[in-house]
Amino acid sequence: MELFTQIIQQLINGLSLGGIYALIALGYTMVYGIVKLINFAHGDILMVGAYLSYFVLTTFGFTPWSLAAAFALAVFGSVALGVGIEASCYRPLRNAPRINALITAIGVSIVLENLPRVFPFIGSDYRNLAVPSFFENITFGDITIIPIKLITLVVTLVLMGLLILVVDYSKSGKAMRAVSYDMGASALMGISVNRTVSFTFALGSALAGAGGLLYILNFPQLDTYMGIMPGLKAFVAAVLGGIGSIPGAMVGGLILGLAETFTTGFISSDLTGAVVFGILILILMFKPSGILGVHRKEKV
Amino acid sequence: MKPLLSAQHLSMQFGGLRAVHDFNLDLAVGELVGLIGPNGAGKTTVFNMLTGVYEPTEGTVQLENRKGGTEVISGLQPHKITRKGLARTFQNIRLFKSMTVWENVAIARHYLVPYSLPQAVLRLPPFGKAEAEIRSEIQDLLAIFKIDGKAEWRAANLPYGEQRKLEIVRALASKPSVLLLDEPAAGMNPQETLELMDLIRFVKDEYKLTVLLIEHDMNLVMGICERLVVLDYGRTIATGLPAEIRSNPVVIKAYLGEDAVHA
Amino acid sequence: MRILKNLVLLGGLGGGLFAVLWGLISIGVLDDYTLQILCTAGLNIMVALSLNLISGFTGQLALGHAGFLAVGAYSTGILLLAHVPFPLAIMGGALITALLGFLIGFPALRLRGDYLAIVTLGVGEIIRVLIINLGEFTGGASGLRNIPGYAQNIMVNNPAAFLWIFPAMFIAVALVANLIQSSQGRALISIREDEVASQAMGVNIFGMKLMSFTVSAFIAGLAGALYAPFIGYLAPGGFDFLRSVFFVIIVVLGGMGSLTGTILSGVGLTFLQEALRTNAKDWSQAVASLFGTSTGGLTIDFVPMSQVLFGLVLVILMIFRPEGLLGTKELRFTRLFRGAK
Repeated sequence: MELFTQIIQQLINGLSLGGIYALIALGYTMVYGIVKLINFAHGDILMVGAYLSYFVLTTFGFTPWSLAAAFALAVFGSVALGVGIEASCYRPLRNAPRINALITAIGVSIVLENLPRVFPFIGSDYRNLAVPSFFENITFGDITIIPIKLITLVVTLVLMGLLILVVDYSKSGKAMRAVSYDMGASALMGISVNRTVSFTFALGSALAGAGGLLYILNFPQLDTYMGIMPGLKAFVAAVLGGIGSIPGAMVGGLILGLAETFTTGFISSDLTGAVVFGILILILMFKPSGILGVHRKEKV
Repeated sequence: MKPLLSAQHLSMQFGGLRAVHDFNLDLAVGELVGLIGPNGAGKTTVFNMLTGVYEPTEGTVQLENRKGGTEVISGLQPHKITRKGLARTFQNIRLFKSMTVWENVAIARHYLVPYSLPQAVLRLPPFGKAEAEIRSEIQDLLAIFKIDGKAEWRAANLPYGEQRKLEIVRALASKPSVLLLDEPAAGMNPQETLELMDLIRFVKDEYKLTVLLIEHDMNLVMGICERLVVLDYGRTIATGLPAEIRSNPVVIKAYLGEDAVHA
Repeated sequence: MRILKNLVLLGGLGGGLFAVLWGLISIGVLDDYTLQILCTAGLNIMVALSLNLISGFTGQLALGHAGFLAVGAYSTGILLLAHVPFPLAIMGGALITALLGFLIGFPALRLRGDYLAIVTLGVGEIIRVLIINLGEFTGGASGLRNIPGYAQNIMVNNPAAFLWIFPAMFIAVALVANLIQSSQGRALISIREDEVASQAMGVNIFGMKLMSFTVSAFIAGLAGALYAPFIGYLAPGGFDFLRSVFFVIIVVLGGMGSLTGTILSGVGLTFLQEALRTNAKDWSQAVASLFGTSTGGLTIDFVPMSQVLFGLVLVILMIFRPEGLLGTKELRFTRLFRGAK
């Protein structure tokens, strides 16, 4: 019975963490799908969302209103930042070799991670968020479910559902899919490529910013480097699910969350970084198109 | 007589799409054959199968190697196929843009270079000797094609017609027995096309090559090809002499549509 | 004949430069501190050159070269601590790293551009994590200490280091230059320019990429091997992704595909990094006193500024001048660096 309860608990924890990874992975996959760029700086958007939420919550406490405000600020702030970065740093390189854009993304990431540390109100120290428990822990017999995990999972699923609605049914969503498939043809059909790309970055950043708030509610320690590991893991999740595939990112995120939780629970947390990279290398070696990905041959 | 290059039952399937279906071709030594057909018919796909860029879903390609035996080359990596004597040019020019004309041609000679990496790095005598030989060989080759004056130019700076010529010279430098030309006249005006026709004839006779070319320019095709193979939607719809093909109703229909047959 | 001429020129240039610098050291014009930075620059140049070989000339971006530096350094450090003779320990470190490069490159180089970059990043990280976790051999997170320095072997530490590092750097430069100006080098460049065409011209692109990667690992490993006795103390924290990025910046700034560019930017950026490091605290305090508070309160912290600066350099370079200082050209002041003929 012991093992069973452990597994159920870890299942919830894993799916909850996986939901957050899925949110970030979606940003990676959508951006890669549309401009073929691995946006190195995407994980740092999570950090920005986290800090913005942090400031709201430490100023106004934990009320439903302040949580909503934090959510809104995290999302809007992240969107503004993501779209701004795209316009200033990535758009000029849209026709350049892909390596150039990748290097630029690395540069942006480094700036995002270190510039806030220069300023006194952020600095280089860790900050802790005192998160009150909103509800009682739910217990089913021996199984204890921490409510925040469940809430996180539900919220991430709702957000993913909203994303699917936007991507599949809205005009901008259709434009996004068209440009991802063939940028040149889309432009000829009258689609504004610039606006569609901005829209994609906005969607991805919004999800990452929301992810930032959810992340600190679960893991209440902040510093400017906090986005690196989740970002990396989310990237691996996106590749695992099939880079460029939205359902793939969701599946990949959930799988990775489960894998990490079970590894931490049953083995050790030290090696997660190496394990995650190991998974990435294995995928790229044996099935680079991922679980749900599509492999398109280069035309010679 | 044994064919130099033999493609048998070649098919290429991309997921749900069959790009080429049951392609067969025997090239005899010294032939100049044209592969024609409307856009999207699968001609470049055939080239890619012959040169190893794609592994055929079905079928084999056989080549008579330099020692006189026949070997199966389908499934080999492209560089190995080139080394066995099959060279090609590309539909969209693929020169090494930032390298000089001379260097572009030298790449094709790389696999024949007689010095090893340590000898190169330590600048031992074999290096100097070989480099000097390569130097003069390539200069001579460039001179034959009248671009030796531009040997130090960056390939990207050559005029378009000369870039196309350089691609052919580069392919020649790999000492092939079979030369595959993919739309060599693309983007050329009638005068340039005439010069190209002379060039292809010259190259074929001078270097004792067998040539297979893809082309849309009917003047060139009718002017130099000894035999034609016509593809449409991946299938071979006609083969024969140029004069026969020109009046073949199936071919006319493929290119120009039903009505043109009765025109 | 030309080879002899080249050797003479090479030897002459190298020897001359060495003599000048050594003279300055002996007189005392070049003090110990500057010498230390010069040695660091020399090592940075070696790693940057190795990175330029695989990323600039062969076109395969690698983001984990700090990992090769680490393997070289730790291997040599461990060997030296085990009392292996100095030259053997140095060579050992370099060769072990080359072997690792070969083993990693074999599967990894089958991957396309950005995926290869991520995998090399991953390998760099895995190396770092392994170093931390193999505490028995590597001293773990607290590091490897008391590595016998150059001092043990010749004389006062920094000049001794210089005696080893400068010639090594020079040889590395010559080796890479000779490699590039040969048929093998041309083949590498053709891979960067157009893989498909290169392969169609008979170049074994996978084999050439693997060769380039292995040589790159060797040179980076050699730099690491020389680094261990220079510093005397190794910690895994010094071989992280940011370190790898620093080398990328050197290569990008100098020009991906320019050897002289790498040398110039290597020297420049090493001095810049050092300047930022030593002055950051002073500057923070200066700003603090402007606002009338002491450090630790509401001040601008300049220590992370060097990172910010390097990040900005990357972004600005890529947008406005992606070819860096020299692009694929060289400073043609000697015949040594003339393009392949």
